[in-house]
Amino acid sequence: MSSYYLDLFSAMGINILLALSVYSPLATGQLSIGNAGFMAIGAYVSAMLTVHLHLPLFPSLIAGGVFAGVVGVLVGFPALRIKGIFLAMVTLAFGEIVRNFFLNFLTSLTGGAYGFRGIGNRPVSLFWIWGCVAFFLILFFFLSRSRLGLTMMATHDDDTVSELIGINVVHLKVGSFGLGALIAGIAGGLYAHYYLYLEPEFFNVWQSIHMVLYVIMGGMLTFWGPVLGASIFTLLPESLRFLQDWRGAFFGAFIIGLMIARPSGLLTREILRLDFWLPGRRGNLG
Amino acid sequence: MFIQQLFNGIMLGSTYALIAIAFTLLMGVLNMLNFAIGEVFMLGAIIGLTLVKLGLPIYPALILAVIIAGLVSLVIERFSFRPLRQAPPLVPLLSTIGFSILFQNTAENLWGSERDQFPQWMEPIDFQMGPLLISSTQIIIFATAVLLMVGLDLFIQRTRIGRGIRSVAENIETASILGVDSNRIIAITFFVTGALAGASGILFGLSFSIVSPFMGIEPGIKGIAAMIVGGMGNLRGAIVGGMFIGITEVFSVAYLGAPAKDFAVYGALFLALIIRPQGILGMIQAEKERI
Repeated sequence: MSSYYLDLFSAMGINILLALSVYSPLATGQLSIGNAGFMAIGAYVSAMLTVHLHLPLFPSLIAGGVFAGVVGVLVGFPALRIKGIFLAMVTLAFGEIVRNFFLNFLTSLTGGAYGFRGIGNRPVSLFWIWGCVAFFLILFFFLSRSRLGLTMMATHDDDTVSELIGINVVHLKVGSFGLGALIAGIAGGLYAHYYLYLEPEFFNVWQSIHMVLYVIMGGMLTFWGPVLGASIFTLLPESLRFLQDWRGAFFGAFIIGLMIARPSGLLTREILRLDFWLPGRRGNLG
Repeated sequence: MFIQQLFNGIMLGSTYALIAIAFTLLMGVLNMLNFAIGEVFMLGAIIGLTLVKLGLPIYPALILAVIIAGLVSLVIERFSFRPLRQAPPLVPLLSTIGFSILFQNTAENLWGSERDQFPQWMEPIDFQMGPLLISSTQIIIFATAVLLMVGLDLFIQRTRIGRGIRSVAENIETASILGVDSNRIIAITFFVTGALAGASGILFGLSFSIVSPFMGIEPGIKGIAAMIVGGMGNLRGAIVGGMFIGITEVFSVAYLGAPAKDFAVYGALFLALIIRPQGILGMIQAEKERI
């Protein structure tokens, strides 16, 4: 495989992980536009472990992910009080706090605004990235078939009623928020050790917004939606190279058009069941 | 020093307050977050500057730019709101993010990504007033901001259209049954918020000498922050929130150094939301207090 396709498929794998990291809290009705912050934590923690403590790659990736997940749980708990747009703003503020943290603190270890260089000794390959993608896809597959997955769906649809029928909404929400943070952290670690360069500016609000776009475009009712959304979002800008400087404008118009044409995203539960053409079945699913 | 910083904070805060009012008006009336307001803000400044450079006299040029910003906002209503009224609230939000990307990229292609500024002859004249160093633009900007805020408050509380806006905010179906043309009211609301955003973009461009395709990103997010800190859907709360964010920003730069700026602003937003999610003046649950 040429290095162009290698880079493209690596980026796609990382984007799929990032999309899943937004999908996880969104599956219980929590919108996060701060996942670039969790990604940054995973990236910087794992890179500091391999560069400064000379730890092997695998434990460093895990440590970065777990650290991001713990921070996610710590943020998720107070954030339980708030919903919707307020939660989105808390996570946005959190992402910006993390970005400014790595811009201004620990700069002797991470290079701060000048960028973190020299992560060169243990590069991540395509197989690492897609191995992680496969692992989390299997996890989400079994989750979606389990009772736990059903309770998550119920919490997403109506958390008050879910609580009334005895679902522990607190555990579910904090857990799914933490799982999302963990996935974002692992994606960050993979990113750091694939591109071998980090800078705080990369982890800005737009990075978080892109992750949300993957999920909403793909469809947020099944975990295949984020996978599809992230894949399209990685490949589409590449296939639009002929538009040159106007790629962004086209991309924006594409989002607007797609939201009008398919407000629930490309993949819905109906399409996955392949019975959307049956008369009378339409609309009572998903 | 302290008074000067407080003054500067209020100046910056009045720009944020104007953007926050634009956000809060849409939030209160339609329960919709229009993310592209930051880009309408940017377009107001860029179009105003272009018209001035084309040789139009300053006041007609800026008023025309404000009207164009309002029309741009109407376009957003047409594509991001009207077809998506039945969709979950996230969908219009993402659609307006699409407009953000579209406008940023278009502006970059048409005007270039370089920073520009309003011509030199419009640069401020500084003068001393007691312990305060005040520039002429600061006075004009503050006066315009106050005028716009008071004018909008009167418009919503006293006029017939304002009453229509309040009734649609209360309940869109009931308002329609009672003969309010809700489509017209919604369009007017979008136009007003776009014009407000455009006007504050021009004020921002004048006072900080920055006009660029990316100038709307940060004020946009800080405007949302100001709206939330002040209590969503509350005009006066948006003003308080804007002042709060502006003063926090100026004070953290003055006493903690420039790098601390965003740290302090977003830290304050984070804590404000965790401790008092309903905002300083906010009453989320009380429907009748929405505007």
